[in-house]
Amino acid sequence: MLIDIAIIIIKIMIVIGGIITTVAYLILAERKVAGFIQERYGPNRVGLWGLLQPIADGVKTLLKEDITPARANRIIYHLAPAMVLAPALVTFAVVPFGSGIDAFGRHIAFQVADIGIGILFIFAITSIGVYGVVLGGWSSNNKYSLLGGLRSSAQMISYEIALGLSVIGILLLTGSLRLNDIVEAQIGMWNVFRQPVAFLIFLVAVFAETNRLPFDLAESEQELIAGYHIEYSGFKYSMFMLGEYSNIITASALIVTLFFGGWTVPFIDVTKFGYWGAFLSVVSFAVKTGFFLFLYLWVRWTLPRFRYDQLMHLGWKVLLPLALLNLLFTAAWITYA
Amino acid sequence: MTESLFFVFAAMAIVSALMVILNRNPIYSAVSLVITLFSLAGIFLLLEAYFLAVVQIIIYAGAIMVLFLFVIMLLNPGKEAKFLSPTNPRILIITLLSIAFIGMIFTLVSGTANYIGEAASSTGDLGTTRNIGLTLFTKYLLPFEIASLLLLVSLVGAVLMTKRNLR
Repeated sequence: MLIDIAIIIIKIMIVIGGIITTVAYLILAERKVAGFIQERYGPNRVGLWGLLQPIADGVKTLLKEDITPARANRIIYHLAPAMVLAPALVTFAVVPFGSGIDAFGRHIAFQVADIGIGILFIFAITSIGVYGVVLGGWSSNNKYSLLGGLRSSAQMISYEIALGLSVIGILLLTGSLRLNDIVEAQIGMWNVFRQPVAFLIFLVAVFAETNRLPFDLAESEQELIAGYHIEYSGFKYSMFMLGEYSNIITASALIVTLFFGGWTVPFIDVTKFGYWGAFLSVVSFAVKTGFFLFLYLWVRWTLPRFRYDQLMHLGWKVLLPLALLNLLFTAAWITYA
Repeated sequence: MTESLFFVFAAMAIVSALMVILNRNPIYSAVSLVITLFSLAGIFLLLEAYFLAVVQIIIYAGAIMVLFLFVIMLLNPGKEAKFLSPTNPRILIITLLSIAFIGMIFTLVSGTANYIGEAASSTGDLGTTRNIGLTLFTKYLLPFEIASLLLLVSLVGAVLMTKRNLR
């Protein structure tokens, strides 16, 4: 009993520690990639290749003055950053990040919570992440932040539908909502080859869900200066940033889990090799997730921002019908073939 | 463990539901309603209705309440007026309706007390996704389809109201 609780606590610490560390270096990577794409160096002063830059940034935001606008709604203004960060960290709990090991006379899965409705849990938690953005934008009592919050809520609700529908095809093929079952069903053949259309829809929708370019209408600098977090400073501002980048990590991990075989390694059955196999599976998961993290950065510094009407057009008139058609074809294929 | 958690969620649900109607600021009311929905989802989880709990959060907390907030923020209504004056005839109507409503709930609860015990004893696969799907698409297919048709009609009606000049 005691050892079970200890294992769970260690897993939670590994996952949260891993996410926070990855966020720190993802922000550094973002600045480096931006630098290379724009033919400059990016941050390279603090430590070797600028590797200590995240620590410098963290200390800086902690020491900055925490400003509250005079006419802000104080309770909600102070709560909003936590409402963004908490769901972003909780979502990763159901993502399996390795095959698991046998130790202490039991099987230890590399996943905090293996629940039967894993994929629905993720949709539920990500759908409440929008509250922090909307309420933060409203409580600042600033017209730009209010507009950012409103845009974000409309955008996230619109793309959630395409996101959910694109996954149903995979659920039909797997016959389970458990993420580990979805991963194991992909041994030998990744879902991206079975459901290429669903993958494209999911990829686009997930960019919109995380408020990233080319869909970062909630922040768009030219129009709204900084959008929903315009009035935030100091550590509350970094909490919004932590939430945004944690969402990116979870989204990349989810793409890998659903479409690219999760922790499985092509042509090798990692469950046969004990600890080394488990290690290999975690490496496989990390490499694949890392690629999608890079894709996020690559897209951000390559594509221009959409206009708001184009965003809504794409979501409702292109992605939604496409997702429905894909679902129809998948269902027909399963029924008749 | 389960019982004490039930009381925690039930207390949260009742307190936040009271906050919905007692707050003058519409934003606070909306946020309190979100907390109520979460407490109800927690109670569903304790009853092992995992699918229902998650759907409750996805649909009500994740979509409908966000739209509520959206509308409240766009209209930005001020604080609600104070209580009605005691001489207002509406007070009488409201009181009568409330008493009738509470009476109805009491009749329902006293009638279904046996069912609640039954449902709690037959734990396990009652609330699984598979079973809900099977029941919904076999035994309750007709009510399910009628409900979806009703939603479709209201959807078309809402679109038509915004585009009145098209006719």
